[in-house]
Amino acid sequence: MSDQSITSPSAIPDTRRRVPAGRLIVYAVALAIALCLAFAPFLFPDVRAQEVAARICVFIVLVASYDLLIGYTGIVSFAHTMFFGLGAYGTAMMLKAWGPGFDAIMIGGGLGVAAALVLAVLIGLLSLRVKAIFFAMVTLAAASVMMVLANQLSDFTGGEDGFTYQVPRLFSPAFKLVTDADGKVLRLFDVPLNGKIAAYYFVFLGCLVLFLAMMRIVASPMGTVLQAVRENELRAEAIGYRVVSYRTAIFCISAVIAALAGVLRAVWLKYVGPEVVLSFAIMIDILLMVVIGGMGTLVGALIGVVLMSLAQFYLKDVMEIAAEATAGVPLLPDLLNPDRWLLWLGLLFILLVYFFPAGIAGTLMKKGHHR
Amino acid sequence: MSDAILRLDDVHTDIGQYHILHGVSFDVPEGGVHVLLGRNGAGKTTTLRTIMGLWRARKGAIVFRHHDITALPTPDIARLGIAYVPENMGIFGGLTVEENMRLATGSGQFDKDRLDRVFALFPAMEKFWTKQAFALSGGQKQMLAISRAIIEKRAMILIDEPTKGLAPAIIRAMIAAFREIAADTTILLVEQNFLFARALGRGVTVIDDGRIVHDGDMAALAADEGLQTKLLSLSLDAQH
Amino acid sequence: MTEISSHLNRFGGVYLLPVAIAALAFALIGVPSTWVTLTVAGLAMGMMIFLMASGLSLIFGLMDVLNFGHSAFVSFGAFIAASTLAALAGWVAGDSAILNIAALLLAVAAATAFGAAAGWFFERVIVKPVYKDHLRQILITIGALIVAEQLLLAIWGGAPVAVPRPKVLEGSLIIGDVAIEIYRIFAFLLGLAVYVAMHFALNRTRIGLLIRAGVENREMVEALGFRIDRLFIGVFMAGSALAAMGGAMWAGYQGLITPALGGELMILVFIVVIIGGLGSIEGSLLGAILVGLLANYVAFLFPKLSLASNMLLMMIILLWRPFGLKPAIKG
Repeated sequence: MSDQSITSPSAIPDTRRRVPAGRLIVYAVALAIALCLAFAPFLFPDVRAQEVAARICVFIVLVASYDLLIGYTGIVSFAHTMFFGLGAYGTAMMLKAWGPGFDAIMIGGGLGVAAALVLAVLIGLLSLRVKAIFFAMVTLAAASVMMVLANQLSDFTGGEDGFTYQVPRLFSPAFKLVTDADGKVLRLFDVPLNGKIAAYYFVFLGCLVLFLAMMRIVASPMGTVLQAVRENELRAEAIGYRVVSYRTAIFCISAVIAALAGVLRAVWLKYVGPEVVLSFAIMIDILLMVVIGGMGTLVGALIGVVLMSLAQFYLKDVMEIAAEATAGVPLLPDLLNPDRWLLWLGLLFILLVYFFPAGIAGTLMKKGHHR
Repeated sequence: MSDAILRLDDVHTDIGQYHILHGVSFDVPEGGVHVLLGRNGAGKTTTLRTIMGLWRARKGAIVFRHHDITALPTPDIARLGIAYVPENMGIFGGLTVEENMRLATGSGQFDKDRLDRVFALFPAMEKFWTKQAFALSGGQKQMLAISRAIIEKRAMILIDEPTKGLAPAIIRAMIAAFREIAADTTILLVEQNFLFARALGRGVTVIDDGRIVHDGDMAALAADEGLQTKLLSLSLDAQH
Repeated sequence: MTEISSHLNRFGGVYLLPVAIAALAFALIGVPSTWVTLTVAGLAMGMMIFLMASGLSLIFGLMDVLNFGHSAFVSFGAFIAASTLAALAGWVAGDSAILNIAALLLAVAAATAFGAAAGWFFERVIVKPVYKDHLRQILITIGALIVAEQLLLAIWGGAPVAVPRPKVLEGSLIIGDVAIEIYRIFAFLLGLAVYVAMHFALNRTRIGLLIRAGVENREMVEALGFRIDRLFIGVFMAGSALAAMGGAMWAGYQGLITPALGGELMILVFIVVIIGGLGSIEGSLLGAILVGLLANYVAFLFPKLSLASNMLLMMIILLWRPFGLKPAIKG
């Protein structure tokens, strides 16, 4: 990271004149992913692919909001799924209590986001003034307690099993979004324009707005200050920036965005449970995605999320084949068991942090500078 | 200057992305006190830390008694007989005075004669022998830091601004102590306080903006008021 | 006010906290025999957590390295002890008290030895390349944790493993109407012995002096001529070994272990290290006892709030003392 900081000041005028090749590739890939997601219901009409596309949308926002912390500010938090979960549980519990309706989504989601904000302020003020490692520990402890609470307060949260609920009729597959003259669902490119489409675009547009908002934050003066803090905390403090306030502010912003992503997830899934919105496994996923994609780039989130999502499906297939091929060898089939895919991803992750700490997007973007 | 105990030759040091030392060269002759003068931020502390290996020279060479120590790890440099008294004194506050000093002995055993000498120089050390060091006053901490440096026979002691924040009476006591210490070892003293420097120094090097701007005898500098005004206005704070 | 606090300090200061909590719990529980049982359970649990936490705290204090993979040592320690005990089933279930104890000690020793060896590997291969870079350090040790947990699953599978308990340590001591599990006494005594040994090593030996000085100011120790990196690998190995020892003791305590055990305990360990203050074993002991007692009292009084109570304790202590109760003095 330090070498980045040395080259960047002189590199800025350079990039304005001509966009380096690496940066171009990254943006092209990101744009292609965005376009695929924008037209996903028509490009990949089967139900499973739509599930994956909706998950990718939400995770891009989740990972990008985490990147605001880890990449742009150098803060390591393990409480990100806690905020995500608060948004999701708030929405879900209200939908369950009041029945399907946009009022429930607004109020429940709003409460979840507010809870996330309050917790973020508390944690931030309490522990952002001390060492990064200390903060990581505190957030990890907080997130674990939230997880335990969700498991134990089963009267409200459904415990480990979670619970299902109804979403507004507009989002149900039976809803006819656009009808033809006979009152039947209109089909576009052979895809029925029903409530499922409405739900997908609700998620997609919500994520798009949140992502663009984050791009705006990063480009704002605040983004510049945060990067200054990351590069040299003492200096930023000496110049007169109140480092703790800035850190707390970005931690809150990131928490709110994560909670909003949780709202979108809850509306899409019609189910919440610790496994899908709170678990430490999701936190690990987010970490892997942000590091693989590239910390401090935002667009890296798109690449990281898509790659990880593909890997989750295809790596398992490859391992299954490899495990069968090595069936006679001791221990090896166990290690190649598709359930052990995280083992290999973990190894990959370690190697990546050693050799390409900038991730895919970061490494490619640096390549463009001819010097 | 073949009698130099320490020689810096075109030393460049970066801290992070900042270039602090721009080719520092000077010799420290064997014996007595050599003063490195300069104002805040001139590069004095960086020079000492670079000699000690706590920051690395990007370019240039540091030679101590024919050993090239430029790339040596800090502990190895210390074991060649160089003691370091940093600006913040580097006292271990949770350890007692005794433990602080015991650490500074290579073997863990005190040499009785040297210990007596330390106690004679700084009676407070004997008085607070079993007390935790964080309870000492600022001046006593400075005395402990210096005691730690002299509890073993050292070829050279690097001292960073020992008079900072000390009362005039304590500074006068320090001058006496330093004269005695310098009788059998070489001291490289970083200072901003010209009066203190003039009372002790034999040779003087003036540094500004990471470059050496003057190198010569203290006596000559003390006598030449014109040069003093020129260098002092350049290199010293208005407070002195 | 200041007078009261100076009086409190004279009688032990923050060390009075566990006593205060125990007294409060006594008032709330009201039944002396229950209170004694819970207190002994809390002390035993605290001592086992102390084993896991003290190493982490020292490693952090000395080198500013927080090993998120620490919990892997705990898990591996537990499973290695379980396998060792299973292999020595004859000794464990036999009538000879000596063989009973020997089996347990062997299991703990095997776990501890593994912890030391794994600690060596961790420090050399995983952590060393990323000293001084906190962000990458956290990421790398998390990566190592993922890999270690997966290895654990690959070797022992995901199902719970039963841990045979040596016969002589089964059952309870009955004094009047108070029943105390013998294993808990054993765990407490072992933890206490380790604490005393560590305290002695840190305060009476030269290596200990170097470690205490290094925790305060690493740079100055080097400037005095000591190779702190050699010191550090020793501390890392010792800390990892203690974590594995704690895991082994925990396995015997629980009787049934799952691969999730390390991760679950890690939260408690972090809370202990945070409230105790980083870098001091006295702080770790104090924090561990507090957490152990509170966990047991609250589990009895308000069963649903057990872990949350420790979180609350951490929050309150952080508000009161941002660096913990007994942090090592820094420079």
